[in-house]
Amino acid sequence: MKYIDEFRNRKFCEALSKKIREEVYGEKRMTLMEVCGTHTMAIARYGLKNLLPENIRLLSGPGCPVCVTPNPDIDKAIGFCRLKNIIITTFGDMMRVPGSSSSLQREKADGADVRIVYSPNDAIKIAIANPEKRVIFLGVGFETTAPTVAASIKDAREEGLKNYFVISMHKVMPPALKALVKGEEVKVDGFLLPGHVTTITGTEVYNFIPRNYGIACVVAGFEPVDILQAALMLVRQIKNKKPLVENQYTRTVTKEGNPYAKKLLNDIFKQTDAEWRGIGIIPKSGLCIREEFADFDAEKTFELKIEESKEHPDCICGEILKGVKEPIDCPLFDTICTPENPVGACMVSSEGTCSAYYKYRSYDIDEDNRG
Amino acid sequence: MLNDKFNREHKHISLAHGSGGKLMHNLIKNLFLPSFGNPLLSKLDDAAVFEVGGKKLAFSTDTYVVNPLFFPGGNIGKLAVCGTVNDLAVMGAKPLWLSCGMVIEEGFDYDILSKIITSMKKTALQAGVEIVTGDTKVVEKGKCDGVFINTSGVGIISGDPLDIENIQEGDAVIVNGSLGEHGIAVLSCRTGLGFTTRIESDCAPLNDFIDEILSNSDGVRFMRDPTRGGLATTLNEIVEARDYGILLNEKDIPVSDGVKGACELLGFDPLYIANEGKVVVVVEKEKANNVLEVMHKHKLGINSAVIGYISVKCKRKVCMKTVSGGTRIIDMLVGEQLPRIC
Amino acid sequence: MCLGIPVKVVEIKGKQGIGDIGGVRREVDLRFLEDVKVGDYVILHAGFAIQKLNEEEAKETLSFLEKMNM
Repeated sequence: MKYIDEFRNRKFCEALSKKIREEVYGEKRMTLMEVCGTHTMAIARYGLKNLLPENIRLLSGPGCPVCVTPNPDIDKAIGFCRLKNIIITTFGDMMRVPGSSSSLQREKADGADVRIVYSPNDAIKIAIANPEKRVIFLGVGFETTAPTVAASIKDAREEGLKNYFVISMHKVMPPALKALVKGEEVKVDGFLLPGHVTTITGTEVYNFIPRNYGIACVVAGFEPVDILQAALMLVRQIKNKKPLVENQYTRTVTKEGNPYAKKLLNDIFKQTDAEWRGIGIIPKSGLCIREEFADFDAEKTFELKIEESKEHPDCICGEILKGVKEPIDCPLFDTICTPENPVGACMVSSEGTCSAYYKYRSYDIDEDNRG
Repeated sequence: MLNDKFNREHKHISLAHGSGGKLMHNLIKNLFLPSFGNPLLSKLDDAAVFEVGGKKLAFSTDTYVVNPLFFPGGNIGKLAVCGTVNDLAVMGAKPLWLSCGMVIEEGFDYDILSKIITSMKKTALQAGVEIVTGDTKVVEKGKCDGVFINTSGVGIISGDPLDIENIQEGDAVIVNGSLGEHGIAVLSCRTGLGFTTRIESDCAPLNDFIDEILSNSDGVRFMRDPTRGGLATTLNEIVEARDYGILLNEKDIPVSDGVKGACELLGFDPLYIANEGKVVVVVEKEKANNVLEVMHKHKLGINSAVIGYISVKCKRKVCMKTVSGGTRIIDMLVGEQLPRIC
Repeated sequence: MCLGIPVKVVEIKGKQGIGDIGGVRREVDLRFLEDVKVGDYVILHAGFAIQKLNEEEAKETLSFLEKMNM
């Protein structure tokens, strides 16, 4: 597949791995953090941790929009499932996420009409085909996805649809990164920044990170070669003590981003304070639907009875999302909390840190046999 | 105890329990096995093998609930015949007789039912089996998806039955062609995902192909057909509770461009997607080339390849050297694969 | 949080197009891009093209990697 296979090339990966090793030889340990669930998945899926030297520590941050959605929001989504005469449309990512006592998948098993769609456009089609039902779309995702949901709301208005609604659980990245670096719980030397979020936002939104906090930044693509090349660029920035925002993913990311997508996002949504699982409320980090489009806002249209949200007392998803702890530090990991019976979102989301760790454990065969 | 924990936590059966992965495995292990408990069932082979009057027989069953009923490359009827035929064939049996149980939804179109039956007849003829007994039930509208079909089958084993106990360190693991075609073909018919493809289900009776392999080569230790849950699940089943594992080379695993494209689009892993015309063959290392030669001569084996080896270095695990040079563990499927945007 | 893949645009009708990857085709909403032509590669996410793939840049990255590899 063009522009995919070339960026999985083994020779390139080995050469990059070698260069990284040479650069960090003798250096003290560097901590890199990736903040995109798709990066977490890719690193795990291609076994890239094997290709990095021991003195590079790679942490996963709060980059999985499903994982950072707090229980009260999941419970709200589940509450919508229990309304009469509705069709819930959602991305597949949300189906198994556990709320306080249920999940979308469980609601579906109990008879709720929950349908997985690939695109918000598909949800619009469902609304048009089922005029007697109310179609609610669960809006999750960062700046990559929010414009697509904004487009569906615009289309709904233009089509005069009266039965299409969105619950916006969208979030935006830069405020969360700011909260992470200000928090100082984890010392991060460099960020692997999300390539597709940045395709929309442009690279300038991250300038405050090297400028005010001295942390290296590289916007990275998602293939193994992209990730390794970005890691090499980070290592060099850190060694040279010259932090800046660099772009590795030049075939897709630009300084300006995508102006049309940004405009539509701002036309339909506005920033609001939002709660991130494990981090708490981050000011202006969420997106809510503007007043002019209130007819399409599920939260303004429907009255919900939601149970009081509770989290498992031992669940440390929050700390894992901040990169403070790793999955093996969690008492529930692989005991009570497993992919088939997840307690927290980090395990159930296909790209949650714990799930990626569990499913695609990087495996050093020789190490396993030395012990 | 594990069973109680399982019961407490899973008060409802969900779709994931039927997807062929871990949840289904746990359901079988924690409910069906203890309840039915007998040594034949406990082997959890594709077919039960036993002796009657000096003859070794294989006996298997399969139920088909696929939706949509018709998909590129096949339909539920063809699947129902192939499924049981293949389960018998991978045990080294010659499939002979099938039963056919049908549950039909009230209001189901007669002509469509006729098409399904004709397809079953054609497939049975192709496989050299006869459908010798059956049952028909009709349920109220909404109580089943059009039609559900169960087939059970009996076959005779003339040589030594293939036995998982024969597998040894160093054995080659071969698969007969491109993975994931059935799953993607079925998915392409589901609305809401909106992709089109030329991929057709690989649904086919494998008995003739397997007979060719067993008659023209030796060194075959074991076979299994990777259906629901994909190749990954089947390989994990092979190494479960064993003192060996399997080491795969991702670059050697055959996956067609169409399946790769659909997987990239949806965020799926081809190793976990259903097949209906594939067989995993574990062969003595020195005989692998010869077996491959025999497989390549048959139309169902043109793209056969050695994808890995049995290794004591990764006990009870399936590991894979990725195309990029890293290594990772391949777990059994957990729940269904769901299309993702993240 | 961004599964986005390069697909080749094989058909355009107004602001909608058809993208192809490995022979698999899917509708692609092109409203976020200007000047898309049949034959261009775009990054597909949730049914929308979020950017045109810059083939020159891609070639440059690969050529840089080739040089590094030697």
